[in-house]
Amino acid sequence: MQFKAMVLSNMEISPGYFRMRLTAPRDTEVCLPGQFLMVKVRDAFDPLLRRPFGIFDMPTIDSENTDTGRQSCLEILYKVVGKGTRVLAALHHGDHLDILGPLGKGFDTSGRGGEKILVGGGVGLAPLYYLARRLVTNSPVRLFAGGNNREDILCITEFERLGIETYVSTDDGTLGEQGVVTAVMARYLSDHPSIETIYACGPFPMLKAVSRIAERHGITCQVSLEAYMACGVGACLGCVLKGRDHTEEIPDYRCVCKDGPVFDSLELLWD
Amino acid sequence: MTRPDMSVEIAGIKMRNPVMTASGTFGYGSEFVDYMNLECIGAIITKGLSLRPKAGNRTPRIVETPAGMLNAIGLQNVGIEAFIKGKIPFLRTVDTPVIVNLYGNSLEEYCELTDRLDKIVEVAGLEVNISCPNVRQGGIVFGTDPKAAYEVVKLVREATIKPLIVKLSPNVTDIVEIAHACAQAGADALSLINTLTGMAIDLQKRRPVLANVTGGLSGPAIKPVALRMVWQVARAVELPVIGIGGITSATDALEFIVAGATAIQVGTASFLDPSATQTIARDMEDYLAEYGINGIREMIGTLEA
Repeated sequence: MQFKAMVLSNMEISPGYFRMRLTAPRDTEVCLPGQFLMVKVRDAFDPLLRRPFGIFDMPTIDSENTDTGRQSCLEILYKVVGKGTRVLAALHHGDHLDILGPLGKGFDTSGRGGEKILVGGGVGLAPLYYLARRLVTNSPVRLFAGGNNREDILCITEFERLGIETYVSTDDGTLGEQGVVTAVMARYLSDHPSIETIYACGPFPMLKAVSRIAERHGITCQVSLEAYMACGVGACLGCVLKGRDHTEEIPDYRCVCKDGPVFDSLELLWD
Repeated sequence: MTRPDMSVEIAGIKMRNPVMTASGTFGYGSEFVDYMNLECIGAIITKGLSLRPKAGNRTPRIVETPAGMLNAIGLQNVGIEAFIKGKIPFLRTVDTPVIVNLYGNSLEEYCELTDRLDKIVEVAGLEVNISCPNVRQGGIVFGTDPKAAYEVVKLVREATIKPLIVKLSPNVTDIVEIAHACAQAGADALSLINTLTGMAIDLQKRRPVLANVTGGLSGPAIKPVALRMVWQVARAVELPVIGIGGITSATDALEFIVAGATAIQVGTASFLDPSATQTIARDMEDYLAEYGINGIREMIGTLEA
């Protein structure tokens, strides 16, 4: 769908990290955890392209401005890294954005009710939160949140409010345990081998490490990838990733926007 | 009051309006069904096809630039056989002419591909991309040399009676010279421009942003160059011209028509707004209605210069 959303709030929750809440049309397609939005940050030719953001949450709030008294909302988390996100950071309540979405393949949340592990950091935590809300209804869930420093650890309170046990780690030790999040997770797995699924979202090297660990333990692992995108709908082939069987003669490229952003870790060629 | 007549015909391909999708920006059509009605535009031009499947370039393949973007996708496509099996069935259900864009790395490939496509009834016409290197002859890009352009268009012409559009590269000293060569070789129409070669640099890393180093520039930034080239070619050559380059609105499209184009293609704009082609087609009609212009054909080549 393509629709205009109004900014309700745009809060800096950690230095350089923002949480934006937007109105969603009443007939918005239900967004699944792991899906994303393509946002035109300004009605202008510069910045030209839409920017992709994972859906953090889809809350419904009370509102005096609707005839039902309720307002559907969308929330995204973003980090200011360039031109587009700088424009977003300057927006206020009442500003409008043109949005395409929900897009992409989300997380597979079917399961037998076994323990679920979430691994992520920075804005990678965004889709994991929306996923967590779904998972806690029928499984025990644990979160391993990591990053360079304390500023990359976002929204832990929100996860804990869902009843999720959270293990925080930072590379520099400024919050939680000092260390790489994948190492902390691997240690937990050694003591608790019967995990049903691992869900991960974050930088490519982190996802590669998680998928290796998961494969070693024989645990299903779903990863959510990021990529620079132009169209977001699988037409331009700008955001491709190599599938496991990719060779130069018989190419197997997947579009992160359409075949993903969520993939089973075994589907991809990690090297 | 009757609505303006937006129909145009190029080389026998009848289009309900002059708006076509630019190759490489619209996949094979099915990607956009959730956002627009494919039967509201003049024609669909598919992603460039090659004989064998092509993997394309390593990523990063795209980068935004001021009012534009660079792409170095590398002509990734499923190959002719997979296209016929996998994409034609859907395109058959759409009541809009489908033009297949094709390319080769040698004269033989262009020939074999054309021959194959000539037999497919669902293909309304061919758009030949000559902005590719002739791998068998030192990698010279066909479209940068009038002799090479003539040679490839002549061979393709002999392999098909279907409407033949040749897509011209702007990365040349004199696009009119190339246009003449393609016309002499038997093209039915010319589409221009393809992307302009450009580059982006990551200062922190001291490296090009694109894995391919260079890429093709498209988007609003190239419109003035495209407009100039369409104007130059349209007045020099008898063939119908299809204008491409940075069109994002009806007024952009109409400027190309006034400059001499019979039809236009919309590319990058579909990334900003997946229903851009449909919106532009409708807005063009509204413009004509507002100004009391009976039909689009009366606007073609009416620039007073």
